[in-house]
Amino acid sequence: MPMIKNRDTRLTIWLLIPVVFVLVAYVLYPSLRTFFESLQKDGAISFGNYQDFFVQESKTNLEALWNSVYISILSVFVSALIGIPLAIIFNRYDFPGRSFFSTAAILPIVLPSLVGVMAFMFLYGESGMIPNAMKDLFGLEKVPFKIGGVSGILIVHAYTMYVYFYMTVSAAINKIDPSLEEAAYNLGANKFKVFWKVTLPLLTPAIVAASLLVFMISMASFSAPFLLAGGYRVLSLQIYFSKINGDMEIAATQSVILSIVSISFLLFMRWYQNRKDYRMATKGIGAHRSEVKNPLLKWVMVGFGMIGVLVLLLPHFTILLLSLVPDGTWTWQTYPSVFNVENYRLLFADPNIFKPLKNSLIMAVIATVGNLVFGVIASYVLVKRKFVGKSFVDILVMIPWALPATVIGMNLVFAFNEPSVFSFGQILVGTYWILPLAYFIRHIPLVVRSTNAVLEQLDDSIEEAARNLGAKWFYTFRKVILPIIMPGVLSGTLLAFIESVGEFPTSVLLYTISNRPISIEIMNQLRMFNMGQAAAYGMIQITLIVIVLFISNKFFGIKAEKAL
Amino acid sequence: MASIQIENVQKAFGKTIAVNHLNLDIKDGEFFTFLGPSGCGKTTTLRMIAGFYYPTKGVVRFGERDMTRVPPEKRNTGMVFQNYALFPHMTVFENVAFGLRVRKVSAADVKGKVLEVLRKVRLENYSNRQVSQLSGGQQQRVALARALVIEPEILLLDEPLSNLDAKLRDEMRAEILRLQRDYKITTIYVTHDQAEALSMSDRIAVFNYGVCHQVGTPAEIYNQPANDFVASFIGEINLLPVQVNRVEQENIAVTLKNDGEPVKLIVHNHANEGELNKGDLAVSIRPEAIRILDTAEDQTNVLKGKIEAVQFFGSIVNVLVQVGHVTLRVDVLNTHEFGYFYQGKDVYVELPEKQLRLIPVISGDAND
Repeated sequence: MPMIKNRDTRLTIWLLIPVVFVLVAYVLYPSLRTFFESLQKDGAISFGNYQDFFVQESKTNLEALWNSVYISILSVFVSALIGIPLAIIFNRYDFPGRSFFSTAAILPIVLPSLVGVMAFMFLYGESGMIPNAMKDLFGLEKVPFKIGGVSGILIVHAYTMYVYFYMTVSAAINKIDPSLEEAAYNLGANKFKVFWKVTLPLLTPAIVAASLLVFMISMASFSAPFLLAGGYRVLSLQIYFSKINGDMEIAATQSVILSIVSISFLLFMRWYQNRKDYRMATKGIGAHRSEVKNPLLKWVMVGFGMIGVLVLLLPHFTILLLSLVPDGTWTWQTYPSVFNVENYRLLFADPNIFKPLKNSLIMAVIATVGNLVFGVIASYVLVKRKFVGKSFVDILVMIPWALPATVIGMNLVFAFNEPSVFSFGQILVGTYWILPLAYFIRHIPLVVRSTNAVLEQLDDSIEEAARNLGAKWFYTFRKVILPIIMPGVLSGTLLAFIESVGEFPTSVLLYTISNRPISIEIMNQLRMFNMGQAAAYGMIQITLIVIVLFISNKFFGIKAEKAL
Repeated sequence: MASIQIENVQKAFGKTIAVNHLNLDIKDGEFFTFLGPSGCGKTTTLRMIAGFYYPTKGVVRFGERDMTRVPPEKRNTGMVFQNYALFPHMTVFENVAFGLRVRKVSAADVKGKVLEVLRKVRLENYSNRQVSQLSGGQQQRVALARALVIEPEILLLDEPLSNLDAKLRDEMRAEILRLQRDYKITTIYVTHDQAEALSMSDRIAVFNYGVCHQVGTPAEIYNQPANDFVASFIGEINLLPVQVNRVEQENIAVTLKNDGEPVKLIVHNHANEGELNKGDLAVSIRPEAIRILDTAEDQTNVLKGKIEAVQFFGSIVNVLVQVGHVTLRVDVLNTHEFGYFYQGKDVYVELPEKQLRLIPVISGDAND
């Protein structure tokens, strides 16, 4: 190693080594392994698998790709149609209960994806409570509607993903300098014109960003198709089926193609967000809401707000209700009739039922501690240090966010089903450690990004002041930097923790029989029609999430959901 | 306490050279100011003294010790940052105690020293406050106390007053000076505010584009600017581009470079002949040095002109007089009877030859 004159440069290198090692070993190498696997065809290296993918006679893969894109585009539109108007109404008009409704609008976040899908099945599915209630109410022959296939996936997507539109557009609205609109009015524009010519163009960057985000998330969506798709094929699900059938080369090819779509969206998004931003960044603009004066309109809005909140809360209530129905008491009846806390009692009394919860909690703790340590070091190096190749490290950090969870799972399968340097000569697949590793990788971007946000707020002069007063770097880091950024870091980390607890797509690809996490057990219980037990697991997750959001808001003063 | 020598220092960031050919000799106990517009290299130089940057070339010495590549935590300098850089998660007491605790001072001594310095900055009743509960001026004093309590050899102040409002600024200016005299500590003060520099400093170094143009006492800098940049950056000045006609022992005769009729002036020879061959030249005169006359008394350097505008500033009245094609700014003390200056009046102006200085033009926009 050449003599490095500058001590700070040396420190940067020492911090970078573990960061780059982790990223190369557990992000880059597994992705490359998958790519390499996709080039294997009948023992030779070729693009044969890709040829099969696109020109295969049955066209199943191509159809799945198209279905994924189709559903994603529809999801973007439906989510936008719900999210954007809500953001505008809640941030621009004042009416009784506005603040409550606007908080309630992020409720879908408080629902782990698998649990959410389950709730929708029981609410609006074939034997769902709403269609059956309508059938009985109106004395119909059959249920008036049921969700399943495309409509099912779409409704679940709309429910969970409109929140991204709602949050990004709300943030953008609050950033608009009111004087811009006032200037337009002053120049003689009417309300309609101001909205179309001033407000909406200013919101465009946020709307585009949210669209890209929803598209990516929807492409990657796994739980909804898994439970609701029926015969409908989407690419993320096809990967899982190929793996189950042992068609590993095909699974690899499908993973690569899905990754390419996702990563090109990520790159497009980075490019889009790094363009010159023309939005006003004036500081300290108060939101200006106009009070709704017309009493009829006011109460109509309140009414819609109430109904909206009810619809948003129905899945949570459904899970709560189901969790109170003991298994075996609701078989042929349209509605459950017995309610008690038997499922919860069993959850804590029966070691077999408790074990998955315990497994998930322990694995999530392991993964999250890793995320915390790695996230703080990586983020510090990325935000506060200068080095060559920073954007490369930055992209490596973001890759697990862009990659669909299914692909991350497959990457790990290919990378660690044989001994490698990065697993210290061990086969990790089939061991305990593969799941915590998967959870860790999945949440690298979340923790790094939420830590970046707080570190960027921290002026460099704070660190310099400590050094100037005689503190060495490590002392400064421990006594000054860490305590200041901790609240922000912890809120991101707690979020990673609850997501790890509920993580489904990587779990379903990598779990072992002796180490089943909670999400796998929910799936098993559903298969055995033990909805009550599955719902009880779901309620535990919902409770955890509520606790975490509460802690973040109360003690750290940070809106944890912003890190999403 | 220490003197500071900066020898032939250059600092480059990539291809940009932020500081070039810098030589400074700052004396023990001196209040020394780096003055210049933003981006002139003054903060870069300060940060090289603090150790946050290492020079690309050259040597930084404290007394006899070579400090060029010593890390910041081993320099024993106390720095006050522009934004104060107080640790937001600590109380006033903990902020001030930080440097002492790093130095492993015993708890009892920490307490004594912190309370003493807080008394000096008149914050003894605030020691348990969170820093976010303090006003700007109070935060400023905490930052000063934190820098002073470690008994640094050198106190570094990076535009410490720029975030304060005008009234507080005056107050803190006096406070900083009082503390500096008290501790007799070598102090480097970075500012872009010439009034601050003139009123506080023992000596000033004027920077622009990474080059130090002049080092001197406030009076030297103001009265004998080295070139047109220094002259125009500090205070108001009239700069008139000229051509030299002839050089004598006592005087130099010059002609204004002017589109109109040639205007001739006699400039006292201040023994700066060495500069006379170096390209463009200008004569400079401060607005308060020009006299306005009603009649052309038979003296040298009396020019005929017309009053273009009169601006009232309170203690002074600023009269713009058009002479040929140039406008001269003249400051007249408000003697409560300035009323006879009015726009359009014909007057004579006298430019006393001893107040005129012949200086090199380096910036190319001497009339700004």
